Amino acid sequence: MTVATPPKTRGALARREARLAWGLLLPTITIVSLVIILPLIAIFWISVKPVGLADLRPVAPIVKENLRNSGDQFRIEYRIRNSSQDKAMQGMKFTDIIPEGITLNEIPEKCALNGQQFSCDFGDVDGGFSERLKIPVTIIADKTTSKAAIRATSIAASGSGESILTNDEFTLDNFRAVFDSSEFMAVLWATIFYTVVGTIGALLVGLFAAMLLNKSFKGQGILRGLYLFPYVSPIIAVAFTWVALFDPFSGSVNALLIQMGNITTPINFFGERPLALIMVTIFEIWRYFPLSFLFILARMQSIDTDMYEAADMDGASPFQKFWYLSVPQLLGILSVLFLLRFIWTFNKFDDIFLLTGGNAGTRTLTVNVYEQAFAVSNIGAGSAVAVVIFATLLLFSFVFLRYISQEEGL
Amino acid sequence: MNALRQGLLTSSAIGILWAIIIAVTVAVAMSFSTGLSFLPSMFGALILGLVFGLIALFVKNRVLVYVVIIVLGTLSLFTPISPIRVSEDVSLVQQVICGLIFAASMALPLHNMMQEVTTPSALTRHAFEDAVIRFLTGFGYVFFTAIVLIPFYVMVMTSLKSQQALMQNPLDFSIDFSRGWDLFRSYIELFEQFNFGSYLWTSFYVSVLTVIITLIFSVPGAYAVARLNFKGRAAFSRGILLIYMVPMIVLALPIYIGYSMVGLRNTITGLILIYPVTTIPVALYMLQGYFRGLPAEVEEAGLMDGLTRLQVIMKITLPLSLPAMVSVSLYVFMIAWNEFLLAFMLLDDPSKFTLTRGVTMLNSSEIPRQHLMAGAVIATVPIMALFLGLERFMTKGLTAGSVKG
Repeated sequence: MTVATPPKTRGALARREARLAWGLLLPTITIVSLVIILPLIAIFWISVKPVGLADLRPVAPIVKENLRNSGDQFRIEYRIRNSSQDKAMQGMKFTDIIPEGITLNEIPEKCALNGQQFSCDFGDVDGGFSERLKIPVTIIADKTTSKAAIRATSIAASGSGESILTNDEFTLDNFRAVFDSSEFMAVLWATIFYTVVGTIGALLVGLFAAMLLNKSFKGQGILRGLYLFPYVSPIIAVAFTWVALFDPFSGSVNALLIQMGNITTPINFFGERPLALIMVTIFEIWRYFPLSFLFILARMQSIDTDMYEAADMDGASPFQKFWYLSVPQLLGILSVLFLLRFIWTFNKFDDIFLLTGGNAGTRTLTVNVYEQAFAVSNIGAGSAVAVVIFATLLLFSFVFLRYISQEEGL
Repeated sequence: MNALRQGLLTSSAIGILWAIIIAVTVAVAMSFSTGLSFLPSMFGALILGLVFGLIALFVKNRVLVYVVIIVLGTLSLFTPISPIRVSEDVSLVQQVICGLIFAASMALPLHNMMQEVTTPSALTRHAFEDAVIRFLTGFGYVFFTAIVLIPFYVMVMTSLKSQQALMQNPLDFSIDFSRGWDLFRSYIELFEQFNFGSYLWTSFYVSVLTVIITLIFSVPGAYAVARLNFKGRAAFSRGILLIYMVPMIVLALPIYIGYSMVGLRNTITGLILIYPVTTIPVALYMLQGYFRGLPAEVEEAGLMDGLTRLQVIMKITLPLSLPAMVSVSLYVFMIAWNEFLLAFMLLDDPSKFTLTRGVTMLNSSEIPRQHLMAGAVIATVPIMALFLGLERFMTKGLTAGSVKG
């Protein structure tokens, strides 16, 4: 008699299910890796390349033509140059059509005339190459018509330079530039302050708001909707409103403070150190407390009320109930929220960019990416900052994933 | 602590603190709504708060407390101990209204806070903490309502003012109804001269397309992760979460470079290609959570009856998860509508702007402030209308969609 043993290999059904699963996932995986993984690889690549914003434009030949004269002596002038000042170009050439009624009296070196087709080949040229060809011509029609005829023919120019993005030149200068600069410590400090204070602040304010609304009364729904406004509305709308509200010249807050006699000269809230950093952090708390509020409220409403009734019977005071019953129940959601919000605040770019543009000591790492890449036009350095951000983030995610597997829930 | 837990002390302290809060709030509210000068006076608030706190302690008849405090509070505005000092140009009616609001906001909450504080001598711990919590609750309602409402109030009111009036008195948010339709001049100019109608439309169709594409990709993916057994399921699930955490600014740079090279920069197509990818991980995450919650038995019954998996998804799972789909769609719509960074980096041509990009354009010193605020209102109103109309779904979407910001 044979003993029934469970199958060790996967059966046909299981295999079919797995195939279906991968089939369903394939489109998502493809598009996500295309738009997320590829750029991530690209950013690592660029961060070790000496790339400036100007290098993004490919090297190209620029050819202009014109008809000039000194008295009766007419000539066509071609001006040819390499668009890049420092990069060489291979196989630079151009062809042009000479319109009817114009005869070239002389063919320059490197050039050839084939019927009406006039072409020149310059071979390999250096960066900053520039040359002028002056070809004496005889024209039949008057100057204006000929000029128009010459302009009407288009020039086809070609030539290729190697792009800095694809050659084998590597450098660590970008990282050096990022870490060496005296600003780096300031950037790091702004990031840490903004992230830590912003996250904890939003969490505590959210907890307070959740406790207010954790009872049913008339208008509870309205208040709950109202308290979500800052989070739901577009960032540009609220950020610009804050800037307008705290404007040193025509802002209502300054006017109010002056009228009440608290200050005599207007305060530039978003333009002074260290006030600007505090203000953007307050903005962060204001905008994201609704999120923590929503999560904490959802958790609070699922806590069993029996526990509180038992505590009432035992004579616990309201604060004791909060400290010994509610807080332990909320600890799970609070720590998950803390981790997630910490990462998201760390990643935040829009808010600070719109409020201060990263000035007055509010430049965080993310804003620094933009500053380096576009304000200083050093794409390489910007990418280096992005790599630093990504590395930090991997560290956070590691902590987060270890934690979330214990905590479940979210 | 015990020494502090005296009825007299508690009631006067709470009375004073509450009076200060209310005096400041009412003064700010009156200043903002009339543009005239209302100043909270600490001295007046101190004395009135003390008196009202004690009244609320000793008088326990609700009607009597209300009447006494409201009458005294309103009258106090005309005495030297007024909690809110007003300037000469404030009319008598405005002063009386101000006093009534102050007195009423003192009377009702104070009576409520003192419910358990019945004796001037030592209080039980319970009564004391109850009073403190009621006070904090009252403070919380005032505080949160103020910080949320003031920016939005200022946004709407500024958009209705003229440049001149704004510079003259930045505090005056009263509406001059005699201007009639001219009130909406900023809005009319935005639509007529700044092309905002087209921005609104662009934002709308970009957001809708983002929602559709996101759903097409994330529904099958979420179903596979939630229901099907395959190797690498856990890793995939975590991968989604990880990708969800990659900051946009890190991706924006290579995307900018790539788009510059292939000529997708400055096109709406480029935006529509990239927006869904930022939302697919969120949507996948939300949907798989919901699919897990659906009873598997229903689907198994469908399989037994001869449906294929795909038919099960179409005929059973999707109809059952309609509410979740609405939540996810709303959430994705909100993300796409509010998106700023990519639109800002990738679009340069004013004819192709989305609404957020268009509003950013208004932030220049040459364009008057009320235009910027009108733009902000135009960007906010549609999303608010959606939110208020479908709040139930939205809140659900936000909680499930977790913590992306």
